[in-house]
Amino acid sequence: MNGKELIARRIARELKDGFYVNLGIGLPTTVAAFVPPGIEVVLQSENGLLGIGPPPAQDEEDPDLINAGKQPVTLLPGSSFFSSDQSFAMIRGGHMNMSILGAMQVSCRGDLANWTIPGKMVKGMGGAMDLVASAPHVVVATEHNTKDGGFKIVEACSLPLTGKGVVHDIVTELGWFHVSAAGLVMTEIAEGVTKEAVAQRTGCPVHFAAGLRPMLPF
Amino acid sequence: MDKVINSPDAAVADLRDGMTVMLGGFGLCGIPENLIAALIRKGLKGLHTISNNMGVDGFGMGLMLEAGMIASHIGSYVGENRLLEKLVIAGQLDLTLVPQGTLAERIRAGGAGIPAFYVPAGVGTVVAESKEVREFDGKAYLMERGLRADVALVKAWKADRHGNLVYRMTARNFNPAMATAADLTIAEVEEIVEPGQLNPDEIVTPGIYVDRVVAGPEYKKPVEGRFIKEHAQP
Repeated sequence: MNGKELIARRIARELKDGFYVNLGIGLPTTVAAFVPPGIEVVLQSENGLLGIGPPPAQDEEDPDLINAGKQPVTLLPGSSFFSSDQSFAMIRGGHMNMSILGAMQVSCRGDLANWTIPGKMVKGMGGAMDLVASAPHVVVATEHNTKDGGFKIVEACSLPLTGKGVVHDIVTELGWFHVSAAGLVMTEIAEGVTKEAVAQRTGCPVHFAAGLRPMLPF
Repeated sequence: MDKVINSPDAAVADLRDGMTVMLGGFGLCGIPENLIAALIRKGLKGLHTISNNMGVDGFGMGLMLEAGMIASHIGSYVGENRLLEKLVIAGQLDLTLVPQGTLAERIRAGGAGIPAFYVPAGVGTVVAESKEVREFDGKAYLMERGLRADVALVKAWKADRHGNLVYRMTARNFNPAMATAADLTIAEVEEIVEPGQLNPDEIVTPGIYVDRVVAGPEYKKPVEGRFIKEHAQP
């Protein structure tokens, strides 16, 4: 199992029956494949859909039915449609149980940067700022380091912020990190990962929880 | 009462250079593609557009950008448009990025007679620059303004001649809010039916918001990812 799958599988275990969850584009979207059997979780797509079904076969794609990543999706029994303003009213109103997003940088104080690189990239924040400002539980799903081995988890983000002090938990292939008032606390550690490796690959101090547990994918 | 206009070109005939225009859609889903084509044929210039995205290179609002029609744009995500990125970095296009939910609510408020309101999105970020920050119950919020336009171009599934609109699946997105927030609202639809044929319980946009209805003669409705792949510039 690769690191990304471990992250997705571990986060999926946090989902409870009856949860309404928004999954960000990329790695967070893959969490949907690992929802534990026997529970019903309703996935929200901020372009106006509750109850995202699996991807369709190519000949069954409907251009009027897409997710926020603009990929064709399907419906499930109980799905509903609504407008963008209503979609964000339910997000802003705190009705989502969890929002799972990716990160370019995330700080030990829960600041998140995931939308722009000044002078290099013009994309836009989409719904990310709304989601992190209002979701009761914001989980960042990200690979622990950048592609060239640099820090993604840092003391202070150098990139423009998506939200300040908004992230509650960070899940990487190394383990589970909780953002606390005292800083970053590692509560679970992946198999074969040492505390030294975690400290070395993280750009801010990491406290290890007294009850540090192994992070299992299932 | 008959709001039906017989062609997209006739529906936009009195639009002028420099207008502020809202365009519905999310990505290429639920965009008024026939009205966009009519605007391009008309060759308007200096438009101030408000839309969640900017189409892609080669389709949707991307075609308006390529035709040099757009002076400024307000949106939340423009990542699928390389020409736009180039123009913004070169300082040739005035782009304002707004959090998507704030954009949707600004438009809703604009249509509902609400000049300003407070949201938490963007507190502590560049979005907060030069905006009033106010604390309510211990949490910080930004003041955001309602947003209106001269013209809204929306896309619905079906309309009757009173302008009542129903939408299809996720092609609804920004269209219902935009329909309420402009001095002139033009709805392009796939099918026009007689009053009474739409179930009143299912009408999303009541006709009071809609000034003109036009049936789009043709719908391409590309799936965005595949369109980008097939039209990628080497």
